[in-house]
Amino acid sequence: MPEDNVKYPAEDQSLSPVNRKRVVIGPEGEDILVDPLRDYYCTARPEPELPRQGIIEKFMNWARAESLWVLGFGTGCGSIEIPPLLSPRYDAYRFGVAMRPTPRQSSVIIISGYLSVKTLKRVIRSYEQMQNPKFVIALGSCTINGGMYWDSYNTINRLDHYIPVDVYIAGCMPRPEAILAGFNKLKQRIKEGRGEGANDYIKNLDWYKANQKKIIKDWNMPDYNW
Amino acid sequence: MELATKTGFVLLGLFIILNWGLIMAGIIRKIIARASMRRGISVFQPYINLIKNYSIRSQLTHGVMFYLGPVFRLSGGVGIFLFMPLIHDSEIWSNFSFAGDLILIAYFMFFGMLGMALGAGEGGHPYSAIGISRGLAQFTAIEVPLTLAILSIAFQYNTLSISEIVARQQGGILNWTLFTNPLATIAAMISFLGAMGHAPFNVVMAPQENPIGPPTEYHGTFLGVLQTNRAILHVIESVLFMNLFFGGASNWFELIVKTFFIYFWSVFVGMVFPRFRVDQSIPWLLKIPVLIGILSIVFILL
Repeated sequence: MPEDNVKYPAEDQSLSPVNRKRVVIGPEGEDILVDPLRDYYCTARPEPELPRQGIIEKFMNWARAESLWVLGFGTGCGSIEIPPLLSPRYDAYRFGVAMRPTPRQSSVIIISGYLSVKTLKRVIRSYEQMQNPKFVIALGSCTINGGMYWDSYNTINRLDHYIPVDVYIAGCMPRPEAILAGFNKLKQRIKEGRGEGANDYIKNLDWYKANQKKIIKDWNMPDYNW
Repeated sequence: MELATKTGFVLLGLFIILNWGLIMAGIIRKIIARASMRRGISVFQPYINLIKNYSIRSQLTHGVMFYLGPVFRLSGGVGIFLFMPLIHDSEIWSNFSFAGDLILIAYFMFFGMLGMALGAGEGGHPYSAIGISRGLAQFTAIEVPLTLAILSIAFQYNTLSISEIVARQQGGILNWTLFTNPLATIAAMISFLGAMGHAPFNVVMAPQENPIGPPTEYHGTFLGVLQTNRAILHVIESVLFMNLFFGGASNWFELIVKTFFIYFWSVFVGMVFPRFRVDQSIPWLLKIPVLIGILSIVFILL
């Protein structure tokens, strides 16, 4: 049976029938309320995972910096600059950069260009599913101040109001060389022990969530996507 | 030999195999990069990735089987290692091999996959489930020509002991199973392509179609365990094929050279040929390779 403290949204008529709430009859004749969209809801709040001290953390940071696994997720026009990075001409693999198709295994997310409200929701979901030392690279002017979309009705202007950004790469569009320079900047930052965006996000979770909810009107996901 | 000494040498052998597996993965990635005109990763990148994965701070679980999946996978790889004689005629490097070890090793090859299937299934991600069903179906098809080849050489040498099979191939290159039973070797080397997970049989973990198969939900230490296992498994399965078909090894240097070239065979084919879909690979494996396997048994029994 549903818990009393879980609030259900009003029935969304646009949902397909398999995703709507329904009552099924259990094996002993009892009624069970099934809400497919809330099957895997976890309402727990995340805790910051503090770094270790001394040489061990330095060694781990070196490994994290030399093995940057990037989530293959393009948000705007900047994502067209990512595939050439892996081509023989720019060859990002030599810096330890590799693409991963799943957020669980990635440590870097590149916000490549303008971020529409619809995509922001997916970015938040993907970013929160990544595991703790995680880094954000913001690509292009649109992530800094909105760029040419600064007065658009459905894009956000400042990315770091929504997720913590480690490195900005300015330009419209930045060339692949600039992205490689950005990766090296990020490496330097991680090796100095300043790549603590994941913990900053969790420490200031209320502020980030307030900003996110101001933009996303149909908030039909948990507060933190485990 | 005393059990404590034996265990020490087994652990040392495992350490050598693990390191050779990681370095070999790096060398192979470097060769692939050079073939596609890139500089490519550093040879030691697999080590760095492994350290990175073991130093991920936060981890989450989907249940008990999710934990046990990588453990089963690793015990599959280590299990093959434990019963595999590494160096011919050397008591300290023959591990725990015994008279019927070929059957046990064929079992361990499937054991890890089944454990991983249960674990990844509990992850709940649809791509994991798709990857598992493809992986198990394809591996079942891979096992058929392999089993026929193993039966063929079991009939040929009249034994199921790997040490015995290696001993019978000594005394010159023409005594290798490669030359005394070429049909079985062909059938087994085709199934080796599938077992190594390179193209054309890599649709199970194909990142472009199915990100990324069974380990979609695995991260951090879980993924580190899976990577450790892969390094061990690639070398130790190459050692199995080296022992059965290419005359075994009489020292570590020979083992390293032979396993490199046996593994490189799957990489070479993978570089040249595109990927099969799973509904193409299974019928393909069940046609010509099975026929070659049956013919090899017929020729041996005649």
